[in-house]
Amino acid sequence: MSRSALLVLADGRFPAGGHAHSGGAEAAVKAGRLTDAAGLEAFCRGRLHTVGLTAAGLAAGAAAGLDPHELDAVADAQNPSPALRAASRRLGRQLMRAARAAWPDPGLDALAAAFPRGAHQPVVLGTAARAAGLGPEDTAHCVAYETVGGPATAVVRLLGLDPYQATAVLARLAPEMDEVAARAATAARQGVDALPAASAPLLDITAEQHAAWPVRLFAS
Amino acid sequence: MHLDHDHSHHGAVSADAHRPDGTRRALRIGLGGPVGSGKTATVAALCRQLRDTLSLAVVTNDIYTREDAEFLLREAVLPPERIRAVETGACPHTAIRDDISANLEAVEELEDAVGPLDLILVESGGDNLTATFSRGLVDAQVFVIDVAGGDDIPRKGGPGVTTADLLVVNKTDLAPHVGSDLDRMARDAAAQRGDLPVAFTSLRSAAGVGPVADWVRARLAEWTAVPAPAPAG
Ligand SMILES: Nc1nc2c(ncn2[C@@H]2O[C@H](COP(=O)(O)OP(=O)(O)OP(=O)(O)O)[C@@H](O)[C@H]2O)c(=O)[nH]1
Ligand SMILES: [Mg+2]
Repeated sequence: MSRSALLVLADGRFPAGGHAHSGGAEAAVKAGRLTDAAGLEAFCRGRLHTVGLTAAGLAAGAAAGLDPHELDAVADAQNPSPALRAASRRLGRQLMRAARAAWPDPGLDALAAAFPRGAHQPVVLGTAARAAGLGPEDTAHCVAYETVGGPATAVVRLLGLDPYQATAVLARLAPEMDEVAARAATAARQGVDALPAASAPLLDITAEQHAAWPVRLFAS
Repeated sequence: MHLDHDHSHHGAVSADAHRPDGTRRALRIGLGGPVGSGKTATVAALCRQLRDTLSLAVVTNDIYTREDAEFLLREAVLPPERIRAVETGACPHTAIRDDISANLEAVEELEDAVGPLDLILVESGGDNLTATFSRGLVDAQVFVIDVAGGDDIPRKGGPGVTTADLLVVNKTDLAPHVGSDLDRMARDAAAQRGDLPVAFTSLRSAAGVGPVADWVRARLAEWTAVPAPAPAG
């Protein structure tokens, strides 16, 4: 277990394509549901306890050594939005590129070969974390953080929100991120059938709408 | 140029000069520069000049998603399947320099879909004077400024002006109207760039892109002069 490897993987500068995605924040801003720091906090909290928990479980499962093919099929089944499924596979492919450069590993090579169009991002993340020597718990923390970190950065750009306020939102959510990560890791140790499957239907609906916008700043 | 000798895995992880099957990949040239300087116009003119003799494709990096790609599609400079738009999350310089993963996906997908390709042009959305391409993404880069943006831009320098493999000063037709001194721009550019080349263009005429097209052909000749490896078995 390497705490420093976790920092490298969780760093917003890790070049895995996340910067072009808002995690649904762009649609929420456009709809007028997210207008300030309080709105960002509520949005992030919702994301964290639903899709964040679910993704953290998948990634922790991959880090724990569960079968990535099975996890990938679970991710497909958990994700009703075609736009989000496509974004997840695309991000998985982009993450794979960065992960193989950072932590060359036969497990990553095998996953890349099995999914040339990309496995789901949390599955790749868990496999990358395993290659980096991280366990399920650390991996789940990484997912929990990126679940809220991505939208926070996007909202700073979209609303011109004070970056100190955005960072304070993330800091306030830290205990809940720990909680979500612990739940996900515990489930992952019990096997695929125990993985959480919380969803956020509004994120699915707005992701489909967002994908059809002719003009947008973020890819999702 | 950039070589990674391990071709046993699916997909490249860096600016590998070869495709997974061992054949040489396309030369990638980036075009960056301030908003409205004529990057898309240069890409369009290059496509018209080169498309009859070379197999070409274009990747655009827009701020608002698809503007540049749609212009190129409307102008029909290439068949639509040869044009890809990368979405940049409001930040084209991140997508061309700090996190190039989406652009690498786009160039590789183009080669898979319509290849083999000789040349891929990668346009960055109009950004600022510090926006340059990663060497992990492109083999050479062109920085496009224009005379109407102020004739002191070459003097101001910045990474784009000083380090680009080719500096293009576009819209020379406007120089008399905006009071820009082309000789001064040439002198300042030379002072900033040493031996690196500068091309003055006006894209108002069809032949205006000529010096840039010649430079691209020279880069391509260098690229293909390195013998291609035998295809992997
Ligand atoms: N007069 C004149 N106008 C030009 C020339 N080249 C381009 N333009 C015009 O300048 C405007 C901007 O050109 P684009 O090619 O869209 O510029 P760009 O650098 O791609 O702009 P962004 O992608 O928005 O940063 C368009 O209206 C072009 O027709 C030129 O040589 N002379
Ligand atoms: Mg343009």
